[in-house]
Amino acid sequence: MTTTKLPATAAPAPQPAPRRLVHRHGVLVRVTHWINALCFALLLMSGAQIFNAHPRLYWGQYGADFDHAWLAVDSLHDRKGWHGVVRLGPLQFDTTGVLGASTENGALAPRGFPAWLTIPSYQDLATGRRWHLAFAWLLAVNGAVYLIGALVTRHLRRDLLPTRAELAPAHLLREVVDHARLRFPKGAAARHYNALQKLAYLGAGFVLLPLMVLTGLTMSPGLDSGFPILLDVFGGRPSARSLHFICASLLVAFVVVHLAMVLLSGVWNNLRSMITGRYAIEAEGSAQ
Amino acid sequence: MNPNAPFRKGATTPFQARRRWLTALAAGAGAAALAGCDRLVHDERVDATLRSAEKLTFASQRLLLAQQPLAREYGERDLSPVFRSNGSSRPETAEYDALLRSNFADYRLRVDGLVERPQSLSLAALKALRTRVQITRHDCVEGWSAIGKWQGVPLAQVLDLAGLRPGARYVIFHCADELVKTADGSGRYYESIDLLDAYHPQTLLAYGMNGKDLPVAHGAPLRLRIERQLGYKQAKYVTRIEVADAFAQLGGGKGGFWEDRGYEWYAGI
Repeated sequence: MTTTKLPATAAPAPQPAPRRLVHRHGVLVRVTHWINALCFALLLMSGAQIFNAHPRLYWGQYGADFDHAWLAVDSLHDRKGWHGVVRLGPLQFDTTGVLGASTENGALAPRGFPAWLTIPSYQDLATGRRWHLAFAWLLAVNGAVYLIGALVTRHLRRDLLPTRAELAPAHLLREVVDHARLRFPKGAAARHYNALQKLAYLGAGFVLLPLMVLTGLTMSPGLDSGFPILLDVFGGRPSARSLHFICASLLVAFVVVHLAMVLLSGVWNNLRSMITGRYAIEAEGSAQ
Repeated sequence: MNPNAPFRKGATTPFQARRRWLTALAAGAGAAALAGCDRLVHDERVDATLRSAEKLTFASQRLLLAQQPLAREYGERDLSPVFRSNGSSRPETAEYDALLRSNFADYRLRVDGLVERPQSLSLAALKALRTRVQITRHDCVEGWSAIGKWQGVPLAQVLDLAGLRPGARYVIFHCADELVKTADGSGRYYESIDLLDAYHPQTLLAYGMNGKDLPVAHGAPLRLRIERQLGYKQAKYVTRIEVADAFAQLGGGKGGFWEDRGYEWYAGI
């Protein structure tokens, strides 16, 4: 792919800083990114449906209604109707309207996650599982294609692995401060991911997503028989289910920050670069 | 137009054209996502496509578990303090009440279908066969797990006693409980497994639980344990075992009570 040379004469001062398009994302990253985004959204919503079938989380080899749950979304009923209560260890939160009790067909009904967050919107575990397991396959295949491609095209080493200098505490601290002030890299520096970006992408793609797959597989009684090491690594099926939920929550946090950064650093430029591959940067040497 | 042209204010640029296109795309995607999910759920082609993933799951688990490994067995100290019962907690029929009153002395397990020697086995006859005890984890499709100790006769022994006839592919379990009350009996519980799972050494017809007789809430006098699949495969109150070449003729045609209601026939995950 091509990148353009600057025009021979730079733009005069009153005009906006000259911008040029550079090639930022290869076709592998662009295609797998959007498949990943689709899978993530559908897996999250169908996962919320599955969670609703038993909205309690445990640690250990067993865990059911009579055992201690470290996280529970309870639906309580009294004279005034349904209440949602989230219990996290010793803490309790009234979450009526969102978690534990939310509006369904115009009235408060007992539900873990609300209808607008689940696939399907109504309680249907079988359908939720069908969507979840089908898109889990797509996520895994997509991830494998990405991983192989990232190794073959050296995308992983070239674009994602931080350099030693980038990992220096002083450098990281400066990037944190820059991000907090919403000062984003310009010019040549904008052609590459910054160190925080690299660490966030590596964490989401190479730590959290593999953990999602592995903890998901640990919930399979079939695979547990063939690969009992899964039970040892994650500490049991209920623990794997808890870790699955925690990693999903961390991925949601990642996506929230990711979307915020996309919005703050130029939504159209970012969107275009992830669709066509081309990203506009301010020409080198131009004033900030 | 040259998409790489320097960006300037004023004239319509490729950026602005694309921006309009992207705006429409984003708005369309958002609206479709909000309104479309339930519509997609009801689309038969979408459903059929998603169902094909079940075949992929089944095939890959059969491949990965070709050596028929055993499910993990736990120790006494790992037992769930309270083993939750699920589904029916007691069949509500006069026949079952009578069986219960006689402490299952009149209970008979019928074994028929594609077998050489149809059987009618009393509980005493079943207990006289070689017994197996295993402490295993019960995984409900809802997401909870409980560990229990099961005592029973390996299903393989009962099948060998009856002798399979050529063409036998599935073992179907008919149960005494109706999970949904219907006039035509379509709410009656049943399940089916194939011969690979039927002959797995941990596949039991269990008559004991946690060192005692199997409680009524857990399927007395006899329930299935098929340890590498989810809870809804573990049929309770088994009264008849039918060996067959297919299960499409039964119930809703999907091979089990919950399968007829949308759940996977192969419940390995």
